[in-house]
Amino acid sequence: MHRDHDEAFPERRTYSAADPVRRDGRRRALRIGLGGPVGTGKTATVAALCRALRDELSIAVVTNDIYTREDAEFLLREAVLPAERIAAVETGACPHTAIRDDISANLGAVEDLEETAGPLDLVLVESGGDNLTATFSKGLVDAQIFVIDVAGGDDIPRKGGPGVTTADLLVINKTDLAPYVGSDLEAMARDAKAQRGHLPVAFTSLTTDDGIKPVTDWIRERLTDWSAGPA
Amino acid sequence: MSRAALLVLADGRFPAGGHAHSGGAEPAVAAGRIKDAHSLEDFCRGRLHTAGLVAAALAAATAAGRDPVAVDEAADARTPVLALRITARKLGRQMMRAARATWPSAELDALAAARPQGAHQPVVLGLAARSAGLTPLDAGYAAAYEAVSGPATAAVRLLSLDPFDATAVLARLAPDLDQTATAAAATAARISDEGFDALPAASAPLLDITAQQHATWPVRLFAS
Repeated sequence: MHRDHDEAFPERRTYSAADPVRRDGRRRALRIGLGGPVGTGKTATVAALCRALRDELSIAVVTNDIYTREDAEFLLREAVLPAERIAAVETGACPHTAIRDDISANLGAVEDLEETAGPLDLVLVESGGDNLTATFSKGLVDAQIFVIDVAGGDDIPRKGGPGVTTADLLVINKTDLAPYVGSDLEAMARDAKAQRGHLPVAFTSLTTDDGIKPVTDWIRERLTDWSAGPA
Repeated sequence: MSRAALLVLADGRFPAGGHAHSGGAEPAVAAGRIKDAHSLEDFCRGRLHTAGLVAAALAAATAAGRDPVAVDEAADARTPVLALRITARKLGRQMMRAARATWPSAELDALAAARPQGAHQPVVLGLAARSAGLTPLDAGYAAAYEAVSGPATAAVRLLSLDPFDATAVLARLAPDLDQTATAAAATAARISDEGFDALPAASAPLLDITAQQHATWPVRLFAS
């Protein structure tokens, strides 16, 4: 989609995910999208990732709230990152449009964060809570995580849909609640495997110490692959 | 040039950020001024002949080859409300991103460098039209249509209005759209003799006031 021309103005480079290298020759920040239904723990996952990785990586977050600024404010209140590393995008009641069909506002937010807080190693783009078909444009992110939880019903992996089936990582959150809501974790793992083939699945419980570890491990692997790409 | 480029530019799915904006419809719905298709039509007609006419003239002037930075200053002078200036520049920046990817040109690059935080959206729209080989009249049409299609789409989401009714409203506004685009192109043509004062400065005070109020709402569906 995005076409850059050679002579243009470096101060206005507009890196879509198609352009992995900054004008100065360094690789730009790895961009990871986090999507999933309402209330599954996307913002809590982002907060836990920031806490786990902020000492070793330069991180920024873009939130896509549906009708409030609550997600951005939650991250600010929890002080997981300084305010200049968090940007909120408004989505006009259509969260999937802002991450897939019209990514211009999100790309602008990423660009602003690079300018004010960069250089960055990792940008997390959190979608507003949406349905099982929400996926990120490849023009916006390099990889995407889909977050569901055990309390939303253990048949969600079996139902599939683009988020569950194609996300680079499927996170099944709130495993600590499984006994209370009668969710069968083994069946969820089996169904996810059937839907996703070799694509990875991470079970998380953010109420336990280091419960985010399966996700941080996965992100570290992605960062290693990303840094090893052509500069 | 290809006239069909106008369809691409004016398509509501053109990825330039418009989907997150209601064009003043959200505060009008909240105040009860838009409550059905009839009141939506009144709102759209009013917006078209004020803010829409100004936007169409700015777009037509830029498409006619007037200095975009000078037209941008004329846009500032015609946008007294801070919230709407911020919105216009934010949307201009998004339009710039989409335009440079779809119809790359040295003129777009130059305006992007001169206004890194975004020129007023109608100015960028006009320059995008020019880069696509379209005429000032075409640019006027695109800006005028956007002035009413945005609120109509937003009203469908805000009121659960029947989408067929909302589309019929847009169809009934077609003669007004013709008139606005034609007037916009005509004023753009007069700039060489009369300077930028030839551009219209029609305003809708209630749109201005409610836009500034809306910018402070803690909970809202649309960015403007």
